[in-house]
Amino acid sequence: MTESETIARWVVQGARVLDLGCGDGTLLKHLWQTRQAPGYGVEIDDAKLLACLKNDVNVLQLDLEDGLAAFADRSFDCVILSETLQAIHRQEPLLKEMLRVGREAIVSFPNFGYWRARIQIALGGHMPVSKELPYQWYDTPNVHHCTLVDFEALCAKLGFRVLERVVLTGGEPVAAMPNLLGSLALYRVSA
Amino acid sequence: MIVEAKKAKFTEPLKLTSGAVLPEFEIAYETYGELNAARSNAVLVCHALNASHHVAGGYANDPSNVGWWDNMVGPGKPLDTNRFFVIGNNYIGSCFGSTGPTSPNPATGKPWGADFPVVTVEDWVAAQARLADHLGIERFAAVMGGSLGAMQALQWSLSYPARVRNSIVIAATPRLSAQNIAFNEVARQAIMTDPDFHGGHYYEKGVVPRRGLRIARMIGHITYLSDDAMMEKFGRALRRTTPGFDFDVDFEIESYLRHQGDKFAEYFDANTYLRITKALDYYDPAADYGGDLSAAFARAQADFLVVSFTSDWRFSSARSREIVRALLDNRRIVSYLEIDAPQGHDAFLLDDARYFGALRAYFGNIAL
Repeated sequence: MTESETIARWVVQGARVLDLGCGDGTLLKHLWQTRQAPGYGVEIDDAKLLACLKNDVNVLQLDLEDGLAAFADRSFDCVILSETLQAIHRQEPLLKEMLRVGREAIVSFPNFGYWRARIQIALGGHMPVSKELPYQWYDTPNVHHCTLVDFEALCAKLGFRVLERVVLTGGEPVAAMPNLLGSLALYRVSA
Repeated sequence: MIVEAKKAKFTEPLKLTSGAVLPEFEIAYETYGELNAARSNAVLVCHALNASHHVAGGYANDPSNVGWWDNMVGPGKPLDTNRFFVIGNNYIGSCFGSTGPTSPNPATGKPWGADFPVVTVEDWVAAQARLADHLGIERFAAVMGGSLGAMQALQWSLSYPARVRNSIVIAATPRLSAQNIAFNEVARQAIMTDPDFHGGHYYEKGVVPRRGLRIARMIGHITYLSDDAMMEKFGRALRRTTPGFDFDVDFEIESYLRHQGDKFAEYFDANTYLRITKALDYYDPAADYGGDLSAAFARAQADFLVVSFTSDWRFSSARSREIVRALLDNRRIVSYLEIDAPQGHDAFLLDDARYFGALRAYFGNIAL
């Protein structure tokens, strides 16, 4: 099961979606095709923005670090932050904004507690580099890594309810010891 | 592309926002490309302050007189005239062929001059709708413009919601700021206090308020460029080898502004300038809704592309984001580009791969 399949399963038919850090708009296009869910993407990168327009996906060039002032309270059914959380500088305000603007939020991120990452630090003595985290420490856009345990603690602090969680490794769901065996975490949360 | 300027005459009176009535009027326009059988590929291009209906191409007898948006509009260009039927038009009150202060007043046979009514963006759009009727276009694939032209593109979506499928709004503002109005007022004062203005009746005196027009244009030009762009282009470079310690031209920027002012005073009409700046000042679609722009856009039906430029301090990106917010509040389909370009307001006229690429992609998605 892929990340986008998991997200599509969580997005109800016809839901209004907002995809923060939407890349080339592939997910939004997928949600439109599979769920008839109309939506907007937010992206800051010029090349990705152009890719969205070529994909006929609505896209807004805004900086997530500035918050979501462009969007009214509860104007979306679902606000998605797909593999972008780790690249945000101020995560708490953004997560709060997501649940101001949306009824629900879907957040996915590479799990820094994944055993391969742990081994690279513990035994290799260097920052993890993998398919999910392909960067060197000095050129990564990622600034705030976390594990499943860390993210759930933050949700508790912010008073968010975790409605569902799916943990994947190589496209396969992970049931046992997810914080150790999962490379990608997806959460569906509400306020 | 060889193009031809045309005129359409409308004899049914046009009631203006001010309450005045224009008994009859002409609109100068040009067309590029072919209207398809379904009449579904028409795009109306609206111009800003000093431009005209001559959007693209050159004239058979004057091929070097190339349209003001020729980099954007033409065969294979972002707005591709192989696919779209594009209409350039000169709004009423202007001085490039459509009825305006320099046109004869049917009541007197003499030029309207100071008696030509103050027209608004809404009036321009109402007049353009007559042109659309004349050309047999019920619904535009898109209405597009930059700056003051973008206000017309916005207003089309409000005045005739069912007649616009896409509104392309570039370097726009939903209303002028106090600072914007202040600059316009200085420009108007420059014109009106010129001894050659004669209360707007200068045609019959055989003079032109050239000094006022020059200063108005110089002020305008300052607001079209960013501080950085001006520094980059002119810096503190001197025209002469050493400072003159007098008031002749020392710096390159002074020379540039004087040249722009002189050029402008040769071809632009002072009464037109006054009216266009007033149209800018008055434009505020939210005014009838207690300042609530979202309420104003409730009646819009078009899809929107909004583009702003980060160094534009005349109509800043924050103003475009207000438009985007109002559209999102109304669940309109909208994409928004905030192009990190250094040139200031004038960036909307310049070729930029990101900007032009986006326009090309957007037009490519418009089904015909």
